[in-house]
Amino acid sequence: MNILVIGLSHKTATVELRERLAFGGDRLEQGLLGLTQLKGVNEAALLSTCNRVEIYSAVRDRSAAAEGVKEFISSFHNIGRSDFEKSLYVHSNSDAVRHVFRVASSLDSMIVGEPQILGQLKDAFEFALSKKTTGVILNRLMKKAISTAKRVRTETRIAENAVSISFAAVELAKKIFTELAGKSFMLLGAGEMAELAARHLVNNGVTDVKVANRTYARGCELAQEFSGKPVRFDDFLNELVRTDILICSTGAPSYVLLKDQMQRVMKERKHKPVFLIDISVPRNIDPAINKLDNVYLYNVDDLQEVVDTNILERKKEAAKAETIIDEEVAKFDHWLSTLEAVPVIVALRQKAEDIKRDEVERFRNRFPDLDKDKMDAVEQLAGSLTNKLIHHPTVALKENGEDREMITFVIKKLYGIDGEDEE
Amino acid sequence: MATALFELALTGYFVAAIVGIIDIFRGGKQSSRLMISLASAGFVLHTVSIVSRYVVGGHLPVTSMHEAASFFAWCIVLIYFFLEIRYKIGIMGSFTLPIVFVMMLAAAFLPRAMAPLSPVLQSNWLWIHTIFAFTGNAAFAVAFGVGIMYLLQEHYLKSKHLGGLFQRLPSVQVLDDINHKLINIGFPFLTMAIISGSLWAENAWGRYWRWDPKEVWSLITWFVYAVIFHLRITSGWRQKRAAMLSIIGFLIVLFTFFGVNLLLKSVHTFQ
Repeated sequence: MNILVIGLSHKTATVELRERLAFGGDRLEQGLLGLTQLKGVNEAALLSTCNRVEIYSAVRDRSAAAEGVKEFISSFHNIGRSDFEKSLYVHSNSDAVRHVFRVASSLDSMIVGEPQILGQLKDAFEFALSKKTTGVILNRLMKKAISTAKRVRTETRIAENAVSISFAAVELAKKIFTELAGKSFMLLGAGEMAELAARHLVNNGVTDVKVANRTYARGCELAQEFSGKPVRFDDFLNELVRTDILICSTGAPSYVLLKDQMQRVMKERKHKPVFLIDISVPRNIDPAINKLDNVYLYNVDDLQEVVDTNILERKKEAAKAETIIDEEVAKFDHWLSTLEAVPVIVALRQKAEDIKRDEVERFRNRFPDLDKDKMDAVEQLAGSLTNKLIHHPTVALKENGEDREMITFVIKKLYGIDGEDEE
Repeated sequence: MATALFELALTGYFVAAIVGIIDIFRGGKQSSRLMISLASAGFVLHTVSIVSRYVVGGHLPVTSMHEAASFFAWCIVLIYFFLEIRYKIGIMGSFTLPIVFVMMLAAAFLPRAMAPLSPVLQSNWLWIHTIFAFTGNAAFAVAFGVGIMYLLQEHYLKSKHLGGLFQRLPSVQVLDDINHKLINIGFPFLTMAIISGSLWAENAWGRYWRWDPKEVWSLITWFVYAVIFHLRITSGWRQKRAAMLSIIGFLIVLFTFFGVNLLLKSVHTFQ
């Protein structure tokens, strides 16, 4: 039995192509059931996300099945094979296992380490399981993919650091305040990035939201969006006394918050820590403010730098993750090879047992008067002969070498074992 | 038996401290867990060794320099465990267990013979005075470690270099909070230790205060922590200063504890 992965991802295909080949909504079930109808495909599962479309299957004949799957994609999506074949990757056996483990561990993701993909993969397999299109091999593959992904997550720091500016802001806030719940937050000005960061903070539990905008009406609008309260722009300094996190993004050409102003604010708030995020370009908050105790000021470049180092950090961690994946792939391969070998070993044993039994029986018929002791000895002799004869072939079958397929084939041939029932 | 247990506890703390220090430079969840298990094993052995010394001697084993250092270390571990259970900051052990180990190592080099108790010390005041003093100072010891953690984390945040221990250290607010709690325990305890000590002095020698070096240095310690305590209440959260003062305060505690006994003549000097 072979494992086959055929798919395409953000690395190999354009978004247009990914959209065309996606199995969204009802088409997921249709696609999955269609795949299992293909000749030689014993088990199948289907993953379709915005970044990748992948078909996992357990098949008897790799190249025939790959051909079948490609043909299926072409007819299912009504697309010419030449339009998508170049973007397709086809992995089988060890490479396929490795690919699935890497995808699950988020090493193949657009943002390495992002956690969503594991959930999507789980869903895909669970869906396949519920439609009974998977079996021993794919179920085990999924189980091992999840445990490998968990190992990667706990043994490396691949998913530890934020890799977007708004997540970086949340991450930093958590290292200043621990709990964001119950913290008060003010948005000064507006702008896409500022609003996005604000939304992340609100999602992380910031409750008391205030919006100060030069145009009061716009401020009201935004305040409503975050279910906060609008504040007059001229009043923001007084509000800052009661604010823990400030995101500043006004279009002002110069500083709107100066060091001596902040000093006064800090005194009034009894030096409770405050986190200032200046997303404006040019900067709106005097950088010297960062020198004040208990004030943590980050501008957009600082946040970007945090993100950049985090991405670099993730890449380093990814190397460690690959080692873990190598180990897990080797283990899975071993399992797969024993799975392959088990029926042959059983058949071989059975064959030896049959021969022994027949020969002993014939011997007994020829010498019916023999003592029981002597008869037992003969039987033992027959047993040890057959055992010794099948010992090395059995060991060879259990070994996980490059040539295991060939060995299995040769042993079947030499000992006259028929392949197990295929269908 | 107490001696053998003490050695084993020392070894446990030693390995825990080493793991803790390695943990600072290249650690993870596993090594933190290993450190905590080792420290727990050390703590159990240590507890048994103190109890057995108590059983043999019949009094709280704090009347020789060896016993005092050992008991001090024990109090630090106790407070550390309380905080670890409450806050689950794996890396905290890396900043407290080395102090414990140094304290135990000092104890190991000090004479361990159990001398008969001098009449002055045969008093219930021994319990009251020493338990206040040791618990208070142990709280300061942990505050020292937490103060270092605070300064480190504050440095990461301010300099915007978020490498090193940034991820594994808790927020500056939590660290300040712990420091706050420790001073809140330590300062009243130290105050009580000084008051009970002077009452005991009056009882034993007829005078409340004799400007004995230990008394003087305890008073200096008291002033340092009084400043932190006071700052907290009046001007709110002067976090960084509290952290720095906790570090300085504990260095004075150490001097009061070892320096005074070893360098200066005092009624607190052990025989």
